[in-house]
Amino acid sequence: MGPPDAILGVTEAFKKDTNPKKMNLGVGAYRDDQGKPFILPTVRKAEKIIFESGLDHEYATIIGTPDFCKASALLAFGDNSSAVQNNLNATVQGISGTGSLRIGGSFFAKWYTKSKDFYIPSPSWGNHTPIFKHSGLNVKSYRYYDPGTCGFDFKGAVEDISKIPEGGVVVLHACAHNPTGVDPKPEQWKEICQVMKDKKLFPFFDMAYQGFASGDINKDAFAVRHFLEQGHQIALCQSYAKNMGLYGERAGAFTIVCGSAEEKERVMSQIKIIIRPMYSNPPIHGARLVSTILNTPDLRSEWLKDVKGMADRIISMRTQLQDNLKKEGSSHNWQHITDQIGMFCFTGLKPDQVERLTKDFSIYLTKDGRISVAGIASSNVAYLAHAIHQVSK
Amino acid sequence: MASLFADVEVAPAIEVFALTAKYNEDTFAEKVNLGVGAYRTDDGKPWVLPVVRNAESQMAADLTLNHEYLPVAGLPAYREAAIRLLLGDGHPVVVENKVEGIQTLGGTGALRLAAEFLKQMLKKDVVYVSNPTWGNHRGIFKAAGYSQIKEYRYWDAANRSLDLKGMLEDLKNSPDNSVVILHTCAHNPTGTDPTEDQWKQIIDVCQERKMFLLMDCAYQGFASGDLDKDAFAVRYIASRGIEFFVAQSFSKNFGLYNERTGNLSIITNSPDVKLRVRTQCELIVRKMWSNPSNHGARVVATVLNNPALYDEW
Repeated sequence: MGPPDAILGVTEAFKKDTNPKKMNLGVGAYRDDQGKPFILPTVRKAEKIIFESGLDHEYATIIGTPDFCKASALLAFGDNSSAVQNNLNATVQGISGTGSLRIGGSFFAKWYTKSKDFYIPSPSWGNHTPIFKHSGLNVKSYRYYDPGTCGFDFKGAVEDISKIPEGGVVVLHACAHNPTGVDPKPEQWKEICQVMKDKKLFPFFDMAYQGFASGDINKDAFAVRHFLEQGHQIALCQSYAKNMGLYGERAGAFTIVCGSAEEKERVMSQIKIIIRPMYSNPPIHGARLVSTILNTPDLRSEWLKDVKGMADRIISMRTQLQDNLKKEGSSHNWQHITDQIGMFCFTGLKPDQVERLTKDFSIYLTKDGRISVAGIASSNVAYLAHAIHQVSK
Repeated sequence: MASLFADVEVAPAIEVFALTAKYNEDTFAEKVNLGVGAYRTDDGKPWVLPVVRNAESQMAADLTLNHEYLPVAGLPAYREAAIRLLLGDGHPVVVENKVEGIQTLGGTGALRLAAEFLKQMLKKDVVYVSNPTWGNHRGIFKAAGYSQIKEYRYWDAANRSLDLKGMLEDLKNSPDNSVVILHTCAHNPTGTDPTEDQWKQIIDVCQERKMFLLMDCAYQGFASGDLDKDAFAVRYIASRGIEFFVAQSFSKNFGLYNERTGNLSIITNSPDVKLRVRTQCELIVRKMWSNPSNHGARVVATVLNNPALYDEW
């Protein structure tokens, strides 16, 4: 019998709980202030446009539609991206973030000859390791999270990255690190970038939260763009699950920035060989929504507001949680709640405390103490603070 | 600075798509594309089934629907409907709860999931495909790491029919523990299907050799126009108490090509076994695409579960 997934299993258990005060702080899906799934107004508008346009359901190409791929690359790299202008980006539609990582993993296992070692931050998203291993890679790690400060272990990260043998691939969370919510500051990114240049290491970015972290798509893409500007060749996995609320439609993209337009064609041809025996060609509905939004100026500006709205609500919940913990009289330092960014907060709670939160208060979160801030609402933030205080005082 | 990918070779073009590309470039007024397998109307145009538009219209108006993640195994209403469609409502294996469905990204995704599961869990390493077969069968099993992809004779070119004798011989001579891919109906690419009596002989041999049956079912309803007739082989195998897999696709019979609507039907000998198999499949899915796509599955589930829409379909 396969073990229940660490993250998805939390939601299963939550559903069975009959306590009216229960809270699901497990899986990372945005909720509005009523605790409900949020369909972005721009997505509703795009759906109407697509439905009325009477598009057919013919096979997309293996890599998805060109306008989706181009819009994704420009979103990540900036509208004035020279990489895109020079046709260097091999960009394909992937099955959201997971599928993009899986394509990338397989491509690197087959064609990146310098190393089969992928270094992920410690900790990282639980599914990184299985995906990369399944792709045929070795998974190693570098220090990232400092449990002492509940912040970024910059010194440890730089030390470990510096020791990686030449050619090693370093997986970087572009923004809103999952699961800790701890991101490097811009100056720290610059130094990591330089170290990786000096040591000839390959940057493999996972960007699942562009726009969703700070509310600003350009700010959130800083690291990706900086590495490119500094002359790195990079790989990038994008997801539209969170920033467009398109979770189940599986819209994402995988990009490798190549050395020339000619090389890009060769790389694309090999990426197709990876996609074809896995699912042939991608599901189009979500990608059409993304493309409609990104390529229609009015919708695009409205989307930027929608995504900022989500980011702002999360930031507000962080502040309220912190304030309520103070009110409860907690003597702990909860600064990290507002220092961290994005969907998740690494509370610093231990497994036994997490267990008590679930058993005694029907608050569901993963064993590592990660909470999805998106699952907090004005109506239950006080309850959450009370519960956390009870298990940690 | 030399690129890190300077040594990436150009991959051979995938034939059907390359063909369509060439067709699109051709300026001859009377050109005909007889390449890729997608339905065309009598005017040579793609056809969106009116009932699909109908379902999409209903979905667009339904404000309770959202874009949340589906479970790893997919939309329950879709999976159940796919199983019932395949086996028929009253089939003993359905009634006795021995069948599980896993929503996949198209028929391709179902085949890949099956290939991965059979390799990892049952240590399969040899697969038999028909000669000829759909080109991607080989690609899928190669990608899943099978060391041997063998052929069984199928198409009798001289007589333009099924080479049953050759087929049975090749299957009889298969090494132990082989997987065999059989086309449920509307064989791709030959269009030649076994008769009911021939199916019985084929299954006799497969069962005797203890081959694991992976049925590819991409055209139910599309072949003869009769859903039950087209599913004969699958229902027959199930009736013999054999445990096997079926890779279903709704690309053609629903015209939902680009929404990637597939289902891996897992026919086992007990509810407990099917549950365990499902959980292992979920682990594999999680590493490939995490959870399947929503839109197409909802369309299919809406249609199959609504009597009026089902009749229209």
